[in-house]
Amino acid sequence: MTSLPASTPFLSPRARPARVRLRAAVEWIIESILFLLTVLSVATTVAIFLILVRETWGFFTMRGADGQVLVPIADFLGDSIWSPLLSNPPRFGVASLVSGTLLVTAIAAAFALPLGLLTAVYLSEYAPQRVRSVLKSLLEILAGIPTVVYGFFALTFITPNLLQPLSSSFGTHSAMSAGIAVGIMILPIVSSLAEDALRAVPQSLRDGSLALGSTKAETILRVVIPAALSGIVASFLLAITRAIGETMIVALAAGGGVAQLTANPAAQVQTMTAYMVQVFLGDAPAGGVEYQSSYAVAFTLFAFTFVMTWIGALILRRYREVYE
Amino acid sequence: MTRPEASPTARTRSSHLVLVACALAAFIAVAALASLLLTIAVEGTGSLSWKFLTSFASRKAANAGILAPLAGSVWVCVICALVAIPMGIGTALYLEEYAKKSRLQGIIQLNISNLAGVPSIVYGLLALAAFVRFFGFRSGEKPLSFSIEWSELRVLAPGNPDSFWFVQAPFGSGVLAGGLTLALVVLPIMITASQEALRAVPKSLRQAAEALGSTHWQVAWRVTLPAALPTMMTGAILSISRALGEAAPLLVIGGFLMVLQTPTNLMSDFTVLPLQIYNWSGRPQEEFHRIAAAAIIVQLAVLLAFNALAIFVRQAFQKPLQS
Repeated sequence: MTSLPASTPFLSPRARPARVRLRAAVEWIIESILFLLTVLSVATTVAIFLILVRETWGFFTMRGADGQVLVPIADFLGDSIWSPLLSNPPRFGVASLVSGTLLVTAIAAAFALPLGLLTAVYLSEYAPQRVRSVLKSLLEILAGIPTVVYGFFALTFITPNLLQPLSSSFGTHSAMSAGIAVGIMILPIVSSLAEDALRAVPQSLRDGSLALGSTKAETILRVVIPAALSGIVASFLLAITRAIGETMIVALAAGGGVAQLTANPAAQVQTMTAYMVQVFLGDAPAGGVEYQSSYAVAFTLFAFTFVMTWIGALILRRYREVYE
Repeated sequence: MTRPEASPTARTRSSHLVLVACALAAFIAVAALASLLLTIAVEGTGSLSWKFLTSFASRKAANAGILAPLAGSVWVCVICALVAIPMGIGTALYLEEYAKKSRLQGIIQLNISNLAGVPSIVYGLLALAAFVRFFGFRSGEKPLSFSIEWSELRVLAPGNPDSFWFVQAPFGSGVLAGGLTLALVVLPIMITASQEALRAVPKSLRQAAEALGSTHWQVAWRVTLPAALPTMMTGAILSISRALGEAAPLLVIGGFLMVLQTPTNLMSDFTVLPLQIYNWSGRPQEEFHRIAAAAIIVQLAVLLAFNALAIFVRQAFQKPLQS
């Protein structure tokens, strides 16, 4: 806390004129306001966490007419069927939703991580200045497109023009279609962050490798990429986190309202986020067990992304190579 | 380092191969963007007209327009900007100019980067509890409401829902709740962008102001902030364009898919462009896909204008700072 303004370092507090005391009070008030604003951002995290915990607890302690707990945690984690709206009694095995999310994320990652890294290498190591700036602004456009547009693209281009000519097993909705669209969405995240990491590698390392007789590719693969590895892995993790939490693409393209435990990319799947959309669009009455289940799903989703973000931060902190 | 069996020509060839692979990857990224834009242009341009911009949604695709979502997007984004920009700048000022390097500051910093990783739909759940329902305040009863009659200089309670000066508690799922929701989503982005802008201001400027006897806040307000402002504004515009494209959190707080009026006050029901696009894209009929594409063109045009503005601000106001 600033108790003494810089202008009057030599006066004792009592000897300070009123104007200076006022100035100090204003300084204190401003600093307090700014501090409160900062605390608010921490409070946001705490509030999200508390709400998810409270509502999830409410879900697991809901009791039916016979006094039995409707959905024990063991069923939530152990059951393989998620069918809260259609079957009687409703089944709440979150594994189906998690597998849907992981399937779409895996497809997106398989598409975007290698492609994004190669694009980053091209941008950082090969592209002439002109090509680089054009390519970077194109990727920026891609990064700025709202995700619902990618959902539209999946339905009207990826499915009918790329997937259906390939195999007749693809319907209107599939994990593959959504996965590719999510992959295009996260591609610019990987390419731009990985490029930053690659460019942070000092030129002297490249020069040293080339001077020892390595080819350019050998330099990139054995010197530059290993040196930038922590940044590259962090970019991968961030992209995967975004893919896990992506909502509008999967709500449009991954499937109707049917969750299933499958690894078939042509199948319809429901992700955690898509289920939440289904609930909040009004398919389930508020206060009922189906509605409440969306909070347990949100908690699961939050846990996934939180762990990913933590791992990313840890990797960046522990394995970053610092060069002068 | 090289394996002895690899001959120089083979090594050169594999070196070229890596270049080709990298260039190909970059080409695929560009091709994806091109096919995306082309698909939208082909599907959408036919439905784009003045009537499309100025009519409400309809059961018939031919009569449908985007007036309600367009107005809703404007309302929500203005509120979001008014909340998120000052809060983001204030937080960044505290973290960069006031906070000592301490454990607490490290935790806050980590927290902000963690917040940026939280899926936007989860923010919707927080907003639903906090803004729409006030954590259960007066649940089951009619909300407290009032409005101001400026002509008679008095406060009506309960308020008149048609008045511009109508407020209720809890807010319900009106444009105010929507704008605050988006402010939550973009705040971490805004904070990070503002911090980077402040960090780019050379230390010497601050030291000069301090040497002249300025107080801490005078330095921040009259020296650091003006120097960082162009970069901050670029960050702000990009944050707001992110908000403009968000649909998921608004869907959670009860943004409506079919709205037949433009908002009249902060409590009015609303929809936004991305929600309207979602609604139309999800229908099986081809004609709804065409108007979805037309709405996407409008959305992208607005975003493009925002980005152009950001570039303009960056170039027009950025004075070169020497360190």
